This record gives sequence, structure tokens and C-alpha cells, in this order.
Amino acid sequence: MSSIPTLLILLAGLFILLQFAPGDTVDALMAQMGGGDPAQAAELRRFYGLEGSAAVRLLDYLWRLVRLDLGFSAIYNKPVATVILERLPATLMLMLSALSFAFFAGMLLGIVSAQRVNGWADTLISLLGLLFYATPSFWLGLMSIVVFSIWLAWLPPGGLYEIGSGATGIWLVLDIARHLIQPTITLALIFLAIYLRIMRASMLEVSTLDFVRTARAKGLSRGEIVRRHVLRNALLPMVTLIGLQAGTMLGGSVVIESVFSLPGIGRLAYESVVQRDLNTLLGIVFVSAVLVICVNFVVDLIYARLDPRISAGA
Amino acid sequence: MKALKHFLMSPAAMLGLVLLVVIVGLALFADVLYPRDPLGLAGRPLQWPNPAGRFLLGTDASGRDIAAQIAHGARTTLLMGIVSTLIAIAIGIVIGALAGFYGGLTDDVLMRLTEAFQTLPNFILLLVLVVVVGSNMTAVTIAIGVVSWPAVARLTRAEFLTLRNREFVQACRTLGLTNRWIIFREVLPNALAPIIVYGSVVMATAILLESALAFLDLSDPNIASWGNLIGQGRKVLRSEWYVSAIPGVAILLTILSVSLVGQGLNDALNPRLRNR
Repeated sequence: MSSIPTLLILLAGLFILLQFAPGDTVDALMAQMGGGDPAQAAELRRFYGLEGSAAVRLLDYLWRLVRLDLGFSAIYNKPVATVILERLPATLMLMLSALSFAFFAGMLLGIVSAQRVNGWADTLISLLGLLFYATPSFWLGLMSIVVFSIWLAWLPPGGLYEIGSGATGIWLVLDIARHLIQPTITLALIFLAIYLRIMRASMLEVSTLDFVRTARAKGLSRGEIVRRHVLRNALLPMVTLIGLQAGTMLGGSVVIESVFSLPGIGRLAYESVVQRDLNTLLGIVFVSAVLVICVNFVVDLIYARLDPRISAGA
Repeated sequence: MKALKHFLMSPAAMLGLVLLVVIVGLALFADVLYPRDPLGLAGRPLQWPNPAGRFLLGTDASGRDIAAQIAHGARTTLLMGIVSTLIAIAIGIVIGALAGFYGGLTDDVLMRLTEAFQTLPNFILLLVLVVVVGSNMTAVTIAIGVVSWPAVARLTRAEFLTLRNREFVQACRTLGLTNRWIIFREVLPNALAPIIVYGSVVMATAILLESALAFLDLSDPNIASWGNLIGQGRKVLRSEWYVSAIPGVAILLTILSVSLVGQGLNDALNPRLRNR
């Protein structure tokens, strides 16, 4: 939370940086129209508020940011906030499903791994973890399209829902879920690898502590010790990791959304880079920073719930 | 020496080292193996990989030799990976060392900055930088370094916090050494081992960032790059999937080798974990 002022300064810095970018929105627009005369360009610049000195525009930009006005996108011909809000649900769904999949699968594999250290299951899981960690997600996405969409034809190769199917209600939900299976798994695998490694280490660490020995001395079964004593304590570093990884996952969704042509803000970021839509790009930076801060806030709340010694106020 | 022996005894670390040596060799001898321009027309487009034929790994949709692109791409990937990692480590060490050594207001300001950088998704920040500085190889390498330093800074700061009040540092102070001397000549060498090990993680991430950028066609189009080849192969994915598949395996093996070596170094240099 205390980093919000710094964040605003950083955004201002990025705004200044973007002033040095070669070519602005008007250049991109003119190129799309197939060229035009300088008078027309000047007219367009005035229309989109791109004239005036950098300092004036910076102050103007910061003032608008405070009022949560992200400016106007010349490419989409709508306010940036509207464009981003339209694209946000797809990204949120993708992130939420990928995060839960990575968290729970990583947790389970980590627990299994820690039960018999250096046994065959542990070795196999560690090996899988190494492979997942080293696999570029966008490549895995393409290969998964080849296998599951082209050869087996089980899953749709892209998009968020079947266009023109007219499905509503529960059918639409199922359709979206079916479209999200591949993107979710390909985005999640690298995080799954990290989660399982942390979970394994954390389980091993906690199970050497005194209270676990006490539980064993009380005659509790192995499963009960893991479920009721070790798990809760071992989960703390995992929860910390969610907060740390939120930004990385948002960054990863840029490529995944492009691979699976999902209409999310990651793909929007890519499109605005290609189209030099700097207002939209900066808006996305702002919104994604806000998202990361929100995730960290929720993580703090979960943290306090898992460990009563940490109160949200302290 | 004990650490070296431990490293050499670990099969995983050795596998990583052998892989890495092969990839570095491929990068070094790319010009000898494939002296022609890897991005030039080599033959009929979309020939399947054929170990007996002219093209070991086939040709892509523009008739370019995939094997030549893999060899020259190894050079790009390693060079950009190593240089951007060095940049990230240099920035991270300076910021982390100053914050951890001086504490107080310096620490507060620098850590707020680090936090702010960590709040921005690094790939999106990279996109912004690429828009500003353009997408030639030097610019992209520097940009990747600039978005990757915060974790290094945190690690360095933590190391400095535990070291700054040790007796040898106090001894240096009484000797009247300057702060700069103490930071870089006395404390830093003691803090360096975990930072170097972490360098393997930074490098793995840097390689992923670069290939993702090249995949999206936002990196330098004039050099052979694995990520770019994957992106080119996307257009013919339905039938000639090998064009995308082959460079992906190359990236996977490179990152695997870097992380295996890093893990091996970590186990060898960290005596606490050695007996696990």
C-alpha cells in the first residue's frame, strides 16, 4: 500500500518516456488511412489532445489519472477506461483459473512429494516440475493446439466462446469453460512448478518442528498430522507467493491471450503496442498495477486468517 | 574444492553442464557450421526434417534452413540472456547494497522504488520500453535487464543487512576505510554466492522474456531468433507443426540446462542443504 505514491511517480516517468517514443497515435492513424497531408495530422493531434508541450500534457495526464480518467483511445474511438473494462473479464477469468489450478495442483504435488523424500514419486514430480519450469508457455500453447485442437479435435483452438452459437445461461458458462481449459493449463504450468517446489520445501521445513513431534507423540495418524498441523503452517509461504507472482502472471497472459486469441487486456496491450495507441498502453499499465495491489491486499487478509499471530493492522 | 567436487558428483548438475556446453558450442561455431546467412533463402519452403537430406531440420515457410536458424539463434539467445542478466544483476546489486548498507531513508526510498517496479508486471513494462527505445537487439537486451533487477536488489539487500554489522565490517570502519571500499571490496564478495546462484533464475526468465517478445514479432526482425521462428511457424501450424516445435525444444533445453546448473551450484555452495 505504501508504494502507491511511488507507483504514481513511476507512471509519470513512463508517461515522460513515452513522449520520446518514435511515432504517436496520429502517425499510426495516418498510416492506416494511407497517408495524408501535415495539416490533417495537426488537426488530428489537436482533436486527440496531443499538442502542447510535454510538461503541460504530463500535468494534464496526472490530473486526469487522479479522477480515474484514463484518456481517449484514438484507435478504438472510445475512452480508454471503457476499452479496458470490456477486456478485463476475460483476463480476470484466465488469471483466476490459472492461479487456482497452479496453487491447488502445486499444493497436492508438493504434499505427495514431501511424504517420501527421494522416493520414486518425489523424483518423478521434481522432474516434471523442472520440465514445466523450462517450457515457454506460448510454445506449449501452440503444441497443445496441435494435439488437442487439430489432431484430436477435442478442444477449441481459440476465442472465448463459440461465435454464433447463441448459447445463453449455463450453456454459455460451459462453453466459456471449455474455451479456457487450454489457456489456463498452459499459463499455469510454470507457476505450478514454482508452487510445488515451495510446497515441498515448506512441508519438509514444518515437519521438523516441535509441535509436529508433539502431535506424533499424542498418537495422531500420519494423515491427521499432515492435514491438521503441518498443512496450515506450510501454506504460509505459498500464499506469499501468490502476491509475488500476480504481476508475472498478468505479464504471461499477454502471450497466452495472443496465442489463444482471447479478448483480454494482455492482448489489448500487444495490440496497442503495434498500433502505437500509447494512451491505452499506459492505461493498461495503470490497471494492471492496481490489480496487483488488490491481489496483494487479499493475500494479506488470507495471511491473517491462516496465522492469527499476524493481524491485518500490524 | 569440496563444493566443486559436490557439483561434479551430482548427476542433474552434470547433465545441465553438458547441455549448456553443447548449446554454447553451437552458438560459438554457428558461423563455421552454417556460414551462409541463416535468414536467406536456402531451398524449397516447408521441407520436413530429414537427417539424410540437405536440411537436417527442414525449412520454414520462407524456405530458410531451420537448423541454421537454430544454431545462429543459440548465439542470439545466449548473448541477450547473458548480457541482460549482467545488467539486471549490476542494477540490483547497486540498489540492494546501498539500501542494505546505509539503511534509514536511503533504504526506504530505494525499497519503495523496488516495490513499485515489482507491482508493474514485467512483461507489460517491457512492452512499454520496447515502444520507447525501439526493437533492435541492443535496446531489447537493455530493456530486459531494466525490468529484471528488483528480485536481485531484494536478495542483495537481505545479504547486506545480515553482514553490515559483522565484526570484519566494524574492523574496516575502525581502519578508516571509505564506505565505497567496504561495500564493494569487503561486504559484496561475502554476499556474492547467493546472488550468482540467483543469476541462473534471472537468466532463465530473461530468455523466456526475449523469446516471448520475438514470438510476438516485437524483437529485432533482422537476426535469427528462436522465438521469432516459433511465431513464423504459427502460420503453418495446422500441417507443418515442426517449424514451431523445433525452436521450442531448443528454448526448453537451454532453460533446463541453465536451471540445472544453477540448482547444482546452489546445492554445492549451500552447506546447510548439502546433507539433505
